[in-house]
Amino acid sequence: MKVLVAVKRVVDYNVKVRVKADSSGVDLANVKMSMNPFCEIAVEEAVRLKEKGVASEIVVVSIGPTAAQEQLRTALALGADRAILVESAEELNSLAVAKLLKAVADKEQPQLVILGKQAIDSDNNQTGQMLGALTGFAQGTFASQVEVAGDKVNVTREIDGGLQTVALNLPAIVTTDLRLNEPRYASLPNIMKAKKKPLEVVTPDALGVATTSTVKTLKVEAPATRQAGIKVKSVAELVEKLKNEAKVI
Amino acid sequence: MTILVVAEHTNAALAPATLNTVAAAQKIGGDVHVLIAGAGCGAAAEAAGKIAGVAKVLVADNAAFAHQLPENVAPLVAELGAGYSHILAAATSNGKNILPRVAAQLDVDQISEIISVESADTFKRPIYAGNAIATVQSSAAVKVITVRSTGFDPVAAEGGSAAVEAVSAGGDAGKSAFVGEELAKSDRPELTAAKIVVSGGRGMQNGDNFKHLYALADKLGAAVGASRAAVDAGFVPNDMQVGQTGKIVAPQLYIAVGISGAIQHLAGMKDSKVIVAINKDEEAPIFQVADYGLVADLFEAIPELEKLV
Repeated sequence: MKVLVAVKRVVDYNVKVRVKADSSGVDLANVKMSMNPFCEIAVEEAVRLKEKGVASEIVVVSIGPTAAQEQLRTALALGADRAILVESAEELNSLAVAKLLKAVADKEQPQLVILGKQAIDSDNNQTGQMLGALTGFAQGTFASQVEVAGDKVNVTREIDGGLQTVALNLPAIVTTDLRLNEPRYASLPNIMKAKKKPLEVVTPDALGVATTSTVKTLKVEAPATRQAGIKVKSVAELVEKLKNEAKVI
Repeated sequence: MTILVVAEHTNAALAPATLNTVAAAQKIGGDVHVLIAGAGCGAAAEAAGKIAGVAKVLVADNAAFAHQLPENVAPLVAELGAGYSHILAAATSNGKNILPRVAAQLDVDQISEIISVESADTFKRPIYAGNAIATVQSSAAVKVITVRSTGFDPVAAEGGSAAVEAVSAGGDAGKSAFVGEELAKSDRPELTAAKIVVSGGRGMQNGDNFKHLYALADKLGAAVGASRAAVDAGFVPNDMQVGQTGKIVAPQLYIAVGISGAIQHLAGMKDSKVIVAINKDEEAPIFQVADYGLVADLFEAIPELEKLV
C-alpha cells in the first residue's frame, strides 16, 4: 500500500529561540533548521512498514518555503521514494496545511497517512486530526505502536492515564508520539542517492486550495522570566526554607 | 454569546480539568453549556449540573461515545456546536484528539492550549516549547479552543443547578473501534492537579531507585513525575512524563531530582510556584530556574529529605 508522510521544516529543537524586539515573532534569521522531530519518527515508521513489506511506496510531502526541499531530501535519504513540496513562503495555519494535504491525498490516494503529533514551533497538535475530518479517514493520534492487519490498522495511543488501543479502518491517519520508534541516521551513500530521487514542486493555487486564515497573531512576547534562586548548602537548610520562607510544605 | 464546553470525564465522574475549562469559558463571558458525550454517563452529567455557573448540561448518551473515539464524537460536537460562539475543551489527550477534528468540520482554525483570555476573540498561548507567548485573535464565527488547565483556577464543583437535557444526535461512524486500554494505577494524586510534584530524571539510574521518590512523595502527599530521559530509559511509564510532549504541571512546589533541565522539560513545569532542584552537577540548566538549588548526590539527599519533612 501507498504511505503518505508529511514533514515540516522547523527551528532545530536544541536552539534557544529569541523573540524579535518588535514583537512580530521569533527571530529565525541564521538559526539552525531541521526536520521536526515528530516528523522524523513518522518517516522512520513508514520506512519500517516498507521494510516489512507492508508499504509499497512512500511519498513524503512538505508545505513550506523553498528551503524545505532540504528536509524532503533528508526524508528521501532515510528511505522515502519520492517527494512533493507545496511551496508557500508564508507560515500557514494548521487548517490550511490540512487542506493542502487533503488535496495531495486526493491525488495520491494513500492507504495510510503518517504525520507527527505536533510541530515543535507552533505546538498546535492539530494537522493530523484536521486532515481526518477533511478526508473522513479514521485517526490514530499520539501513536506509540502501529500494526497493519488486513484492511485495518491497530494503533496503540498514549493517553493521559496510560495507553489505549484502537482499530481503524483503512485508509487511516496516524500521528506519531516520541516513543513510536528511534529514527535512523541517513548514510552518505543514501544521501547521494536521495539527490536523484524525484521531487515535485507545486503551489497551493495549483492544488486549488485557498490558504486564508481566521486566526491572526497580534504579537509574540518573551515569557515572564523567573527570578534567579539561591543555592542551599544542606538538606536541613532546604527543608527550613521550604517550611518557613516559601511556606509550601 | 453562548459557550459550549466539551467535558472531560470517565462516564462515572467528571475530570478536574473540566472545572478549569469552565473557568476559561466564564472569562470569555456569556452562558456556559456543558456537553457530556459518553455511554452510561449519567453520573458525570449530574456532576456537571452542579458546577457553579453552568447554565445547561447536554447529555449525549450512546454506546458509540463510550471511549471518546473522535470519529464518533467530533461530528456530534460539530453539529451541536455550530450555533455557539465558542467551543472549548481542556487540552487533555481527549481534547487534543477531538477538537481539531471539530474545527476542520466547521471549517475554522483552532486555537490550542490558551493560557489566558484577553477578550472574547483574543487569547494568549505558548509557542516554541513555552519560550514565546503569542497573542492571537480569531475572526471565526465559532471559535474552537483548547484550554491549558494550569492557566485557569478551577470553578467550584458545587453550587450550580443547571438543567440537564438529553440530546440524541450522532452515532457510530463505523470507522474505528476501541480495542483495549492499559491504565497506570496509583494512589497518589493526579499529576496535573497535584499541589506538590516530585520528578526524577536520568540521574535516578534505574526504575527501582524511583522508590526513593515514591517514599518522599507519599510523605508530602505529592504526585511523581519524570523527565523524558527517565521514561525512554524505561524507569517509569510514559504517562508520568512532564514536558512539552508530556503533561504540563504548575504545582505549588516542584522538586526536580536528577533532571538536567532541557528546554523540553522546562516547558512542562516552569510555571510552578516554587522550584527545587537537586542535582550533583552544579552547571545543570535546571539551577537557572530553581528557587532553591541543592548540589548533592540525590541518593544521600532524598532519604535525608524524606526524614526531615
